[in-house]
Amino acid sequence: METLEQIQTRLAAAVPSAKVEILANDCAAGERSLLVDAANGFAVAKFLRDDAQLLLDYCSNVTGIDWPDKEITEKIKVKQTVDGVEKEVEEVKKTLRPGYLEVVYHLYSMTLKHGPIVLRLRTGNRADQTHLPSLTPLWRGAEFQEREVYDLYGVLFDGHPDLRRILMWDEFEGFPMRRDYLAPDDFEYEPTPHDEVLEAAKKHYPTEVKA
Amino acid sequence: MNTFAPQAAKSFAVKPKLDPSGEELGELLEVSMGPHHPSTHGVFRMDVVLDGEKVVKLKPVFGYLHRNHEKIGENISYLASMPYTDRLDYFCSMTNNWAYALTVEKLAGLAVPERAEYIRVIMAELTRLQNHTCLIGFFVQDMGALGTPMMYAFREREKILDLFEEVSGARMMCNYMRFGGVRVDVNDEWIAKTKKVVADYSKFLDEFGTFLTENEIVLARTQFVGVLPKDLAINASITGPMLRAAGVNYDLRKVDKYGIYSRFNFQVPLGEHGDIYDRYMIRVLEMRESIKILDQALRDIPAGPVMDPKAKLRGFRPKAGEVYGRVEGPKGELGFYLISDGSPNPYRYRVRPPSFINLTILEDMCLGHNISDAVVILGSVDIVLGEVDR
Repeated sequence: METLEQIQTRLAAAVPSAKVEILANDCAAGERSLLVDAANGFAVAKFLRDDAQLLLDYCSNVTGIDWPDKEITEKIKVKQTVDGVEKEVEEVKKTLRPGYLEVVYHLYSMTLKHGPIVLRLRTGNRADQTHLPSLTPLWRGAEFQEREVYDLYGVLFDGHPDLRRILMWDEFEGFPMRRDYLAPDDFEYEPTPHDEVLEAAKKHYPTEVKA
Repeated sequence: MNTFAPQAAKSFAVKPKLDPSGEELGELLEVSMGPHHPSTHGVFRMDVVLDGEKVVKLKPVFGYLHRNHEKIGENISYLASMPYTDRLDYFCSMTNNWAYALTVEKLAGLAVPERAEYIRVIMAELTRLQNHTCLIGFFVQDMGALGTPMMYAFREREKILDLFEEVSGARMMCNYMRFGGVRVDVNDEWIAKTKKVVADYSKFLDEFGTFLTENEIVLARTQFVGVLPKDLAINASITGPMLRAAGVNYDLRKVDKYGIYSRFNFQVPLGEHGDIYDRYMIRVLEMRESIKILDQALRDIPAGPVMDPKAKLRGFRPKAGEVYGRVEGPKGELGFYLISDGSPNPYRYRVRPPSFINLTILEDMCLGHNISDAVVILGSVDIVLGEVDR
C-alpha cells in the first residue's frame, strides 16, 4: 500500500481545498493517521473509498474520543537581563489547548486486502460546534457506529439518515463517555403520573372545610 | 434549551392500506417484538411494521444491557479489563481475551512464547466450534424444532466447556489470557483429552448434518430467504461467517495472519447465494476447518514457557500511543482500539463489536419476508446481547 505521504500528495491534487495533516503515533506498532478538516471530510473519504489504488471499501471501526481543555506546560529557555548580565533562564510556559471531540475511522480494503488507513475528523469545540459530516452515505457500516458516537459523545453527524440514541434511552440527557460527565445522584428517579394525578385530585376533593 | 436534545424516536405512522380504487384494504400493524421474546436471543427488540404477515419496516432497538463497558475500561487498569472482556460475548470469552491481549501486546511491544501461541490457537478454535454449534442449535430452534437440536448442540458444548474449566477454572468467564502469554500452562493429560474431544467432534458434525443439512423443512425455510448481496455486505462492514456466506473471501486468520495462523493448513469456505442456508453451511464447514487446525495445533504444540518474561503484571504502563488490533472471532471481526497516555489506565478503550455492526442490515434482509422468517434471519446473524449492548 502507498505511504501516507504519497496519499497526501495525491489528495492535494484530487481535493485541493482539503487540509490534510499526517499525525505521528508514538507507538511503534500503531499506525499514523490522516487528520482532515471537517469541511472536506466527506470529499476526502469519498476519494479514499473510490480511488483505484486504495479502494478502501470497508470501514471497520468508527469511534469517538473526547479531548477536554488541557493546560500544556512547556519549559522554554528565555534570555533575560538579570542585574545587567544577559542570562538564559528556564521559564515555564503555560498554554491552554482548547478541547474538541474527535471521530476516528479505521478503513481497510476487502478487495485489495490492505489497510488500515486511520482517518480523523475534529469538531470545533465541545459545546456548540460539534457538527461533523456523516460518512454513512459512503459506508453503511458507519450507520450504527456514528449513532453510538452521537449517543455517547454528542457529535452531530450531518447527513446521517437516522441520528438517534442507540444504547441509551431516548429521554436520556448528557453524553456519558465525555471525560467530564457526572452521573446524576438520583439516576433511578423517573417522573411518574402520580404527582400530577395527586395535584388533580386535590381540586376534586377540597381538603379545607369551609365554615 | 439543550441543543443536543436527542430527537424523539421516529414513530411509525400506521396508515390505512388502499387498493388502486381507493378502497381501504386494512391497516398496517405495528408490532414491538421483544425485548422479552424467546427468539430474540436476549433482551433485543424489533419494531416491526407488518402488512398482513409481511415485514414492511423493521428497526432494531437495543441497549437494555448497556453498562458502558468502555467507560469502565477507561477507569481501571489495563489488566483489570481482561475479565470484563469475558462478559462481552459470553459464549466466546477466549477469543475476546485474545483480541484484547493482542492489542495490548501490540501497544506495549510484548512477544508471546511459542507454546502460548499454540494454546491460544487451540482455545480460539475450540471456542469457534462451540459457538457455531450452539448457534446452529438456537437457530434450528427458531425455526420451530423445539428443544432437541439445541440439546444436542449443548451436549457437545459441555465437553468443550469442561476443557475450559479444567484449564482456567471457569466454564464461560475464562479470564485466561495475559499480556505476553496465557495464565496457566496446559498439561499432557489435558491435551490428550482435547484430542479425544476433537476426534469425536467430526462424528457429531456428521450426525448433526444428517438431521439438518438436507432436511426438507430446513431447506424450505432457509433457501433464498434473507439474502444479503455481496456489495451491501462489504459496504455495511459485515464480517465473519455472514460476510463469507455472501461470497467475500475475507478471513482475518488469512488476511492478517495474526498469531501463528500462517503455519496451519486450512481453507476459508465461501457461500454463493448469501441466504440463510449458506450462513448455516458456512458455519458447518468452518467447524470442519477448525477441527483441521486443532489437529495440527495439538500435534505440533512445543514445550516451553507460556509467559513472556518481560511482561509485567504490576505497574504496567505502556508508552503513549494508539493502536488498533483485531482478530477473527466466531461472530466476525472483534477489534480493540486503545489510546495510551502513559498512565496505568487506557485513555481510550474501544471495542469494535462484530454482532452490533452485523445488525445494521437486519432490516434490508427482512423486508418482504414473513415475520416468522425475520426470526430465523435474526438467528442466522448470530448476535449476543452482551456484546451488542456493551
